[in-house]
Amino acid sequence: MADQILQFLLTGITVGATYALVALGFAIIYNASDVVNFAQGEFVMIGAMSAVALSAGDNGLPMPVALLLAVLITVCVGVLLQRFAIAPARGASVVTTIIITIGASIFLRGVALLVWGKDIFALPAFSGEQPIHIGQATLLPQNLWVMGGTGVMVLGVHWFFSHTAVGKAVLACSCNRTAAHLMGINVGLMMLIAYGLSAFLGAMAGVLVAPITFTSYDAGVMLGLKGFSAAILGGMGNPMGAVAGGLLLGLIESLSAGLISSGYKDAIGFVILLLVLFFRPSGLFGRASVERV
Amino acid sequence: MKRLRGLFLLALLVVVLPILFPDNYYVTVVAVSAALHAILAVGLNLLMGYAGLISLGHAAFFGVGAYTSAIITTRFDLNPWLAMAAGILLTGCIAFIMARPILRLKGHYLAMATLGLGMIVQIVLVQAEGLTGGPDGLGGIPPLSLFGWEVDSDLRWYMVMSTVMLLVVWLALNLIDSRSGRALRALHGSEVAAEMMGIDTTATKTGVFVIAAISASLAGSLFAHQQAFISPDSFSFFFSIELVTMVVLGGMASTFGAVFGAFVLTFLPELLVVFEDYEVMIFGAILMLMMIFLPQGLFVGLQGLLRRLLQQRAPARLPAPAEEDKHGAA
Repeated sequence: MADQILQFLLTGITVGATYALVALGFAIIYNASDVVNFAQGEFVMIGAMSAVALSAGDNGLPMPVALLLAVLITVCVGVLLQRFAIAPARGASVVTTIIITIGASIFLRGVALLVWGKDIFALPAFSGEQPIHIGQATLLPQNLWVMGGTGVMVLGVHWFFSHTAVGKAVLACSCNRTAAHLMGINVGLMMLIAYGLSAFLGAMAGVLVAPITFTSYDAGVMLGLKGFSAAILGGMGNPMGAVAGGLLLGLIESLSAGLISSGYKDAIGFVILLLVLFFRPSGLFGRASVERV
Repeated sequence: MKRLRGLFLLALLVVVLPILFPDNYYVTVVAVSAALHAILAVGLNLLMGYAGLISLGHAAFFGVGAYTSAIITTRFDLNPWLAMAAGILLTGCIAFIMARPILRLKGHYLAMATLGLGMIVQIVLVQAEGLTGGPDGLGGIPPLSLFGWEVDSDLRWYMVMSTVMLLVVWLALNLIDSRSGRALRALHGSEVAAEMMGIDTTATKTGVFVIAAISASLAGSLFAHQQAFISPDSFSFFFSIELVTMVVLGGMASTFGAVFGAFVLTFLPELLVVFEDYEVMIFGAILMLMMIFLPQGLFVGLQGLLRRLLQQRAPARLPAPAEEDKHGAA
């Protein structure tokens, strides 16, 4: 039983790490521009799908180059999304921006369907398929890649926002756009950076997890929703809270799939999310906000 | 009478269409689902447009209504009308219980909570195979009949569905102009201010949530009997999003806007079918562009454009945009 639990925990952390990256992307965009980006899951899909497309076949690119290009493509998509869909609609209501990003996600899915078709693809594992045994539980090398990659990126994002001038400038924009503008910060550029960074995180999540979960043109939908749930669970305004929310959601799902029912695992995740919202409306790690009149 | 001018216009359109185009696929098939969507959108618009409460899980109530009707009529052989009432009662109870904790939330948190509720209901529909038939769905749902008049042809469904739609639109228009409707709109402006004016905001919000849920359940029952077969796919997250899009596309806080949005979004995919593989992409692009350039909605936007044009043509005859027009559009 203890071994089984260990196995569930390992799986949960791997899945949770992916959710954490998507949720981190959600939180960054939300902080920078007050937009809940429903196209976040599509970043994951585009990253994974373009990596597969670039590295596949006999004359495909070597793996590291393909991965780098795939991430770059996704960052470009993120920047274009901000420039041509979000920026023109500045000052729009919450519902309007939600519909815009939903439209964007449908559009990107449509493009992916057109380019890559409906097939399911797999990316080869980065360093072999030899399972690692920990007691009775097993772990694929790719799981370690996912966990390690997520850890590095989360620390990197933390460092970016707390130690670099650009990171602090992005934070300044999220606190007060006008004040940041008056301080000589190029607000438009900072928004592009925030979306680019968020797309980068999504793409990295995509390429890291693609060897384990496979990918297809509609793989982003569920991941996007899970990432949104994780971000809300942790508290929308708090990036590190979003990461914690992601890990927690992954663990909840994995444990309930193993111990209760695999069919209901998503439902259990959502029930816990609702309960958290009912009793702590600002998320587990978010600060309670008071509405000013 | 001026207040209900729009309703009469809509009723006229409903009557004239099948006479002008008898046996037309777009009238007897597509327009029926458009009318169904209109019922859902008008209900959701009360919640989203007037009360300002976003819901990304409205398909859940639609699904509960449809499945209650389907299960009761196929497994227990009860009268479809009784099943419909049971569905409405069940959905109303669920909405009433969920309203209090859910409606305390705001903005994105409210969006997430309603989304979660929708997902939970859909997962239960898929997983509870013994009751719902699981992913394969539930078939053999009997048609409706009204005092021996079987609703068994496309044209008859057109009549039933559009009558119910007109009824729902009429009720919504009346509700908005009633005392509770004004309370609802005050709530949208500022909850604190509404409370100061002596409006019981919790009761008002709960009320509108239940009304929106009940109208969705009614639509669900009609849908189940019309299709004779239902599966969880029809009640997914995407359908919730589609409903929200109908409301926003038509123009929030406008009942006819919601009807218009429902019609546009039902006919659009039918027309886009000719583009085959490009369909999904074009649909997404239209959605995005419409929201970027016409955020106040297609119906309201077009109405404004029309009014401006009329004013330019005949400035003397139309000195000021008639105030009643606002009510007509509401």
